[in-house]
Amino acid sequence: MRSAEESTLLFEVMPKLTIDGKEITVDEGTTVFEAARQVETTIPHFCYHPKLSIAGNCRMCLVEIEKMPKPQISCNTVVQEGMVVHTQTENVKALQKNVLEFILINHPIDCPVCDQAGECKLQGYYMDHSASGSEFNEAKVKKPKRVDLGPNVMLDDERCILCTRCVRFCDEISQTGELCVTNRGDRSTLRTFPGKKLENKYSLNTVDICPVGALTSKPFRFQQRVWFLKSVPSICTGCATGCNIYVDHNDGKVFRYKTRENEEVNQCWTCDEGRLSYTFINEARLIRPLLKTENGIEEINKKQAVLTIVEKLKSEAADNMVFIGSAYESNENNAALKKLADALGVKRLEYAYHEVENPSSDDFLIKADKNPNRAGVKKLSYAEFSGELSGKTVIAMEKIGTSQLEKIRLKKPQYLILLSSQRSPACELADVILPVSTFAEQKGSFINFQNRIQKFESALEVKGEMQSAWQYLQEIAEGLGHAWNIVSSDKLLQEFFNLNYEAIGEQGKVIEN
Amino acid sequence: MENKVLTKNFGLKDSHLLSVYESTGGYQNLKKIFAMQPVDVIEEVKNSGLRGRGGAGFPTGLKWSFVPKDSPKPKYLCVNADESEPGTFKDRYLLELDPHRLVEGMIICSYAISCHNAYVYIRGEFVYPKVQLEKAIEEAYQKGYLGKNILGSGYDLEITVHRGAGAYICGEETALLNSLEGKRGMPRLKPPFPAVVGLFSCPTVVNNVETISALPYILDQGAEAYRQFGTEKSPGTKLFSVSGHVNRPGVFEVPLAYSLKKLIMEDAGGIKDGKALKAVIPGGSSVPVLTAEEALEVNLDYESLQEKGTMLGSGGVIVMDETVCMVKALTNLAHFYSHESCGQCSPCREGTGWAHKLLQRISGGEGRAGDIEELQKIADNMAGKTICVLADALAMPIWSYLKKFRNEFESLIKD
Repeated sequence: MRSAEESTLLFEVMPKLTIDGKEITVDEGTTVFEAARQVETTIPHFCYHPKLSIAGNCRMCLVEIEKMPKPQISCNTVVQEGMVVHTQTENVKALQKNVLEFILINHPIDCPVCDQAGECKLQGYYMDHSASGSEFNEAKVKKPKRVDLGPNVMLDDERCILCTRCVRFCDEISQTGELCVTNRGDRSTLRTFPGKKLENKYSLNTVDICPVGALTSKPFRFQQRVWFLKSVPSICTGCATGCNIYVDHNDGKVFRYKTRENEEVNQCWTCDEGRLSYTFINEARLIRPLLKTENGIEEINKKQAVLTIVEKLKSEAADNMVFIGSAYESNENNAALKKLADALGVKRLEYAYHEVENPSSDDFLIKADKNPNRAGVKKLSYAEFSGELSGKTVIAMEKIGTSQLEKIRLKKPQYLILLSSQRSPACELADVILPVSTFAEQKGSFINFQNRIQKFESALEVKGEMQSAWQYLQEIAEGLGHAWNIVSSDKLLQEFFNLNYEAIGEQGKVIEN
Repeated sequence: MENKVLTKNFGLKDSHLLSVYESTGGYQNLKKIFAMQPVDVIEEVKNSGLRGRGGAGFPTGLKWSFVPKDSPKPKYLCVNADESEPGTFKDRYLLELDPHRLVEGMIICSYAISCHNAYVYIRGEFVYPKVQLEKAIEEAYQKGYLGKNILGSGYDLEITVHRGAGAYICGEETALLNSLEGKRGMPRLKPPFPAVVGLFSCPTVVNNVETISALPYILDQGAEAYRQFGTEKSPGTKLFSVSGHVNRPGVFEVPLAYSLKKLIMEDAGGIKDGKALKAVIPGGSSVPVLTAEEALEVNLDYESLQEKGTMLGSGGVIVMDETVCMVKALTNLAHFYSHESCGQCSPCREGTGWAHKLLQRISGGEGRAGDIEELQKIADNMAGKTICVLADALAMPIWSYLKKFRNEFESLIKD
């Protein structure tokens, strides 16, 4: 046995408590809520959010603590040595059920038309705790169903349970402070401050953290029932940060990105610009190869396209060829282009990149470099785009920014083979265009600004003759007598980065320079 | 025996003026106090047994002793003059008729807790009391009782008066602090308590006007003199605001443990128009109601009222005669509390509104079987489950009205 002094010393550093009969030692200052999580008990809650200050207003996380006269909210109760906490007793369940009843009496219960239905905490807890009829016989408080808070967010006021997560997000995370609760009692309502709009660069995170269907994303509003959505872990391609996301899709269409937690990259946030960048996956997609002829642009089939390119490259001297990779493309696709260059003895490897005018940036998540993989393409020893392409035969991958296109126009290559996922200004300059899949239709990896390699999974099925750039490049290599025998992108990752997807893991991996 | 501590100057002409206050001994004790150690001032107040007069009855000296002495942060005193509890109007009289007593009390408390900036948070509707208080503060500054180096003691104190905007909840001490900081008037999570993290996150004492106004007497006459009034557990005198069906409503200062019957029947002149007494709320609208029988046998002190299942509260005595419909009376209270709920905690925000709507329906003759049980359930489920006690402040009347006057509710329920 330890002496009393020793025990005191230990207790001061690491208090011990019992939660539902399980003993656990936690760091000093840990709340009962967090301690419960450590024994894999998530206490029901609405207002608590790990990244926000404690509001303690929903009262859903009430628990019983022995020797305390009243039930306590676990989110604001700091663990004391020897606490005995009950989270699962009949009494605690009744407490939670009663709080839920209060929250529900003025809620419209319009789940059939609510975007949140299916991923709503209120709905979930109702199923857990009651699933019974209402005992409320009075008139509900009516509030407006369409309050335009800002460019991306619409408030359904009567669904709001006033947990103030969104208010705290704007105060503490975006630090823009647009939101407040006005009025009192059951007339309380979420609003922007007079003359303000919810238009910070991170406003859609409020929709993510809204536990109910009050804050809705304008682009996603009424677009899809969430239970039809398939969710695939991926990486946002909006900038060099590489926020971890889920691509939520159905029927071959991406409906939204949702934030995926990665404490080292984006915590649990994503900027609006990145979050809404999914639209390019759905728009103006190329599904057949295109060939420039005397009669204009013609659709050809895959076989013809590969043959045309093979014939062209066959007769071309290696030093007259330039291969242009892309800071917007995956490591695997850039690696395949490099592999082809190596096979043909092509020395000039450059990379193109996506450009925007006046790129947004801040000191939080948004990077001015709007490419998800500049670090990756550089790692493969591609040089930055030079513009010296006069008379050359060029293979290039999108995206190619406006100023780079301008240079291509001025110093025209003799022949341009373009790998592109959609109709773009670059297509006008190409002699042959191969329709490639975007990151959403293939497995691959990017390296972000932190030198962290992160993987993404294939979400959508490819359409038509669309395939990954590396697949087209392998077919070209084969046509030129180089058998690669690659069946999946793993092999390229292994060969050029000495890594596999398992090693990268769900949270990515920082790699050596 | 002189039995007035707080109101002894009320009858004097121009009692609000500095000269009148000084002539009755006001401010004359300050030099002696400044010669004391602050900790001894706290000790004297502890010994007096003075308890907070705002409603909770927390021992005042003890509250002050929670202020950390070694904190490098500034300490603050906030006087709660946001008197809003229905049936309570005593602080208003202190502010109007004897504001210098409050100012002197504030100097004493501030000195005891080493505060150099004190605030008075005054109810928005108290326009005239605010004018009177500000005049008094101005006079005190001119006479050197406030400001830098008070009476050559080296002690500085500034007082700022801040007017509220009409929210009952801002009388709750942490909502008051938020409001004073320019934030929305909503109670804060506790812990931390204001004594440690209060105004502008600094150690803060929040005391009621009446509590602070008792200090000049205690420091002048001594804790023992103060204890000659009242009982062991409830020492001192207390102001009671008597309203309702009495012949002479008003504010009365009586020693604690005074008979409620005597207060109503003698001091307040008895029940109006010779009607029978039906019920009394003894401590402001939020405390459990007493039946006539209970009211006529209880004494006005913390422990006697507790024995009867109610509380001394703010000393707001509301007298109801036989003509009062208790359902309507409770509906009125429910309206007040649902209107004043700040709305942050789900049980209070929704429960007070629900109770009000349900009571309105019963009052309007639309009561149904099950309504009484439902009302009881609402009270049970919101009391003790929220950040502050506003939910309890409605639950307590609901419980007591339903228990003591259930027949009146039942008679309005249609089968």
